[in-house]
Amino acid sequence: MQINIQSDGLPIYQQIANQIRYRIAARNLKPGDEVPSIRSLAESLRVNPNTVARAYRELETEGMLEKRRTKGTYVAEQDHQQSIRQRARQLEPHLDTLIMYAVQLGLSLDHVTEQLRERIEVLEKRRTKNKEDLA
Amino acid sequence: MTVSSDDKLAVEVTDLKRSFHGKLALNGIDLKIPRGTIQGLVGLNGAGKTTLIRHLIGSLKAEKGQVKVLGQNPAQDPESVLKQVGYMTEEDSLPKWMRVGELIDFCRVIYPTWDDSYAKELAEMFSLSRQTKLKGLSKGQRARAGLLVAIAHRPLLLVLDEPSSGLDPIARSDILEAVIRTISDDGRTVLFSSHLLDEVDRVCDHISLLHDGKILATLRPEDRDNQMQELTYQAALSWQPPIDTDRCFGWRRSGLEWSVVLVQRDDTSTPIFPEATLIERGPVSLQRWFEARVSRKSSISVHESVANGAS
Repeated sequence: MQINIQSDGLPIYQQIANQIRYRIAARNLKPGDEVPSIRSLAESLRVNPNTVARAYRELETEGMLEKRRTKGTYVAEQDHQQSIRQRARQLEPHLDTLIMYAVQLGLSLDHVTEQLRERIEVLEKRRTKNKEDLA
Repeated sequence: MTVSSDDKLAVEVTDLKRSFHGKLALNGIDLKIPRGTIQGLVGLNGAGKTTLIRHLIGSLKAEKGQVKVLGQNPAQDPESVLKQVGYMTEEDSLPKWMRVGELIDFCRVIYPTWDDSYAKELAEMFSLSRQTKLKGLSKGQRARAGLLVAIAHRPLLLVLDEPSSGLDPIARSDILEAVIRTISDDGRTVLFSSHLLDEVDRVCDHISLLHDGKILATLRPEDRDNQMQELTYQAALSWQPPIDTDRCFGWRRSGLEWSVVLVQRDDTSTPIFPEATLIERGPVSLQRWFEARVSRKSSISVHESVANGAS
């Protein structure tokens, strides 16, 4: 798994957890997929294995990942994952950032929701195009 | 090997003192490194890091205090301790007239636990050929040769004294990978002394800050996320920050803004200063903590000293 660690900003375990979340959200990692072992991910990222373990633990608590008896860690089935409310709570800090910028740029709430809708369409189109290019 | 309580510790240093020409270089060092962990050692030039490390590898004898490495005193019986220790230093200390192969053959005689297949694997990974003279290698390749002979006997304790200074990013990355691999093999321990704070922060379980011959504080990288914040205040030009305390230290000014490191375990007690407005909270980088802690005037440490799991 190609994860990028930046040395300033978020704690490293959060950077790892976020990038795995993103992959699950973008369906690059699907329910049932195995994620790398703690040890091999730590070696390839050159970070302390406890840091990777901490990221995995957080994702397990959220129900995104699950440990299996055969010792691997896997992406959990959707219904094991958190409730909508729990997931929504994780979005809050990002919304705060969005609101901060919107206020600073003097954009109204209506404008921001409209822009959000347009943006989703752009991303959807891009994703379909990527798929066609691959096919 | 006898089983005792300090089998859980790879390194145990107690009240170690050392002076050179009447000047205290180490002023009462206490350091415990649990087996299976990566211990970081940071500090300014001249803080005493290398002097401490030289006590661990038996090249200096404790004037006062105790040094135990893998349960033994390294100054008393350096050979039997060093057989289980891997050591790499910043200085280009390898015998340059040797060929890579000769260096490897030399080391495999010294270390009873030398692992030929691991050495071969490392040589291939690092593209080191047995025929090349060390003199003819680049600095980065020579560091890789030094790393190879420091880890190919699978030491119980790997001691790295500024291993990455002056090396290119890929050579540094190879060193970090070796560090991670060393502790992934159960029970092995690493002491990593470096000025490259980002690297220390990435790989270490505990980080100790050495300053003026003393360990000012030991903490885990996550302690900074959980227990510390950097607060930024805005104040009038004439404003003077309060003096440092254990909880609130390292004031730094930029124009009308002042930032400070706050140690706290919950959000209840943000310090309030009349005439200064809190404008931002953020995480504390290792660099910021290091600078704040080194510049802190008061010397008592209450909050951070508990962080070392070995206590």
